[in-house]
Amino acid sequence: MAVTTMADDKLDPEKARRRRNVAIALALGALVVLFYIMSMVRVHP
Amino acid sequence: MAVAASYGDTRAATVGDYFALLKPRVMSLVIFTGLAGIVAAPGDIHPMVAFSALLCIAVGAGASGALNMAYDADIDRLMSRTKGRPIPQGAIAPGEALGFGWTLSVASVALMGLFVNLLAAALLAFTIFFYVGVYTLWLKRRTPQNIVIGGLSGALPPAIGWAAVTGDLSLAPVVLVAIIFLWTPPHFWALSLWRSDDYARAGVPMLPVVAGKPATRRQILAYTAALIPLGLVPAVIGLGGPLYLACASLIGFWFAVEAVAVFRERDEVKEPAAKRLFRVSLVYMFALFAALIAERLLHLAPVASWL
Repeated sequence: MAVTTMADDKLDPEKARRRRNVAIALALGALVVLFYIMSMVRVHP
Repeated sequence: MAVAASYGDTRAATVGDYFALLKPRVMSLVIFTGLAGIVAAPGDIHPMVAFSALLCIAVGAGASGALNMAYDADIDRLMSRTKGRPIPQGAIAPGEALGFGWTLSVASVALMGLFVNLLAAALLAFTIFFYVGVYTLWLKRRTPQNIVIGGLSGALPPAIGWAAVTGDLSLAPVVLVAIIFLWTPPHFWALSLWRSDDYARAGVPMLPVVAGKPATRRQILAYTAALIPLGLVPAVIGLGGPLYLACASLIGFWFAVEAVAVFRERDEVKEPAAKRLFRVSLVYMFALFAALIAERLLHLAPVASWL
């Protein structure tokens, strides 16, 4: 059946894994941006 | 699988589970007191450096929470307050939580050292070590003084924030640390009064379990009697202004009234006074540090300039 509930979403391992991967990618991206900005701040305070 | 056998049915870990591992409610208080340390400290700090310092404090605190949950997984599943956490729920294995926690710990200290300064990084490392090594692994299961001594780790964020700005420490941040240090026992003992069955079931020697509720009520009163005057000291040493003095006096008085109510409480089942004191203690902590921040931003502090 095509209808899913929130509980199904929460327990779907594939969906949970995909969301974890997106979160890790976003965190790493934010870290790269932070390193870039802080390098600018330290070099040109 | 051993983990599944130990912690019941496993389920897929969500991003929310990893976020819960960071103890977001504790983290919010730590960020807030760390921010107060940054704002109250004399001197200027680049906004991005301040942001990095707060981020490192938040991540370091969250990492400590994850490590605490990993090492305490066996007792967390025995207590109703903690059995809904990701590890007892079977969403995250203790080993994963350990890896997650240690990675974030090292990263937060390293970034603090790179982006802010070495003193702030050293204080953050000490905070994590004290919470995980001294409180979680050593004191928590051995002595009813666990939250008294271990409370130092939760008290340090204002000093870290201060050190991020000034690069050193002085009397003022030590007073802020001392306020949180004395606030911790009445706060947690109020909680443990109505959760004492939970702690007894898990074998955690909280004061009501080991010494009984009457002794706990006396200790709450004693620590409150020391805390309320100390809460006024920032106004005396020029750290706080009239708003801070008013908050510390009024909410301090409310705190004392509730502590006396806990001392006189006879309903040992529902413990309504202890529940009220727990809530008031949270209001007290947020109000004191919010007043410090507001006054610095509005240039109201210190009190002496108003006389």
